[in-house]
Amino acid sequence: MVRLGAALLIAVLAAFPALAQSPVTIVIRDHQFVPAEVTIPAATKVEISIKNEQNVPAEFESSSLHREKVIGAGATASVFVGPLAAGRYEFYDDFHPATRGFIVVR
Amino acid sequence: MLATAIIVFREVLEAALIVGIVLAASRGVARRGVWIGAGIGAGVIGSAGVAAGADGIAAAAAGIGQEVFNAAILFAAVAMLGWHNIWMTRHGREITAAANRLGSEVRGGTQPLWALASAVGLAVLREGSEVVLFLYGIAASSDGDAADMVFGGSLGLAGGVLAGGAIYFGLLRIPLRHLFTVTSWLVLLLAAGMASQAAAFLLQADLLPPLGPVLWDTSSLLSERSMLGRVLHTLIGYSAQPAGIQLVFYVATLLVIGSLMWAMNNGAAGAVARRPARDSRPPGPLQEKP
Repeated sequence: MVRLGAALLIAVLAAFPALAQSPVTIVIRDHQFVPAEVTIPAATKVEISIKNEQNVPAEFESSSLHREKVIGAGATASVFVGPLAAGRYEFYDDFHPATRGFIVVR
Repeated sequence: MLATAIIVFREVLEAALIVGIVLAASRGVARRGVWIGAGIGAGVIGSAGVAAGADGIAAAAAGIGQEVFNAAILFAAVAMLGWHNIWMTRHGREITAAANRLGSEVRGGTQPLWALASAVGLAVLREGSEVVLFLYGIAASSDGDAADMVFGGSLGLAGGVLAGGAIYFGLLRIPLRHLFTVTSWLVLLLAAGMASQAAAFLLQADLLPPLGPVLWDTSSLLSERSMLGRVLHTLIGYSAQPAGIQLVFYVATLLVIGSLMWAMNNGAAGAVARRPARDSRPPGPLQEKP
């Protein structure tokens, strides 16, 4: 019940989120996310732009963020995340699960 | 090779579970093999097409084409599954009655299968296109070898088909008079889970507000990346950290399909005079039409 109340409060607060001006850029290169950790502000909607510099497709995925997006070889794709509570959120390449990184929300 | 097999298995699993449930839900219907087989076949062919056009789809609609496409496929599947359930509520009783007259097998059931076949096709299309892209990636990478793609892919596919077979044969152990009640519930939960997934895609594309980014966090109890978590994610739409909007779509789907089923059942109950009014279970078993 407390958690539900907290969720509702967050929902109300999140109804009018600020959108960060420029997208955060991550590159996938040689089965690595570069940078493997990005920091974004809490309670803000942020566009994350992912460029796949490999010659094979990748799938940017995060179960904690509910994001999954296939990014073709050489393609760039954007996903929106947030507004998020502070914490560390893991993401990975579902086609190559050893490739992982974190979004740190402060 | 094992890594390849595991990834292919995970992708195939979701579609295979749906096929298993659909096969159980269409038990005894004439030519269901042809219908469901056609759905799977169309899904496989479509997968290759979607994979080939993946970059074009992704670039469409100002970069959110992939999300819109996935959400549209999921919503279409939800509509097909819902239509099936509503139809079965109205006619399932007759099918069960015929089955009771004829023994354990339903012979010549007249259930139209286009809706279930479409749902299967859409599920295979969505998961299959990812398998194609993934395997293509292995083939195209410099260190890729063909044996890994072929054997890993086959092993993963076989594992997925086994899982689908397991749920199908598990469901067949349910006595026929209860089977369609169980499959109706499974199909309803499947549809609600798909609607929740579709909402997540629209959220990702920034077309819907999150309404609370994380409603609850059960990832330490049951991770969505664990095998059980994945199976439950497909079957009932389990999410370890759902956004509020996902719950809204989940509940709304349950309510819309459920209330239409309820309305159909009551309408049908009026038509069947000998049917007791207190029995409101969807495909009322053991009731023969007068």
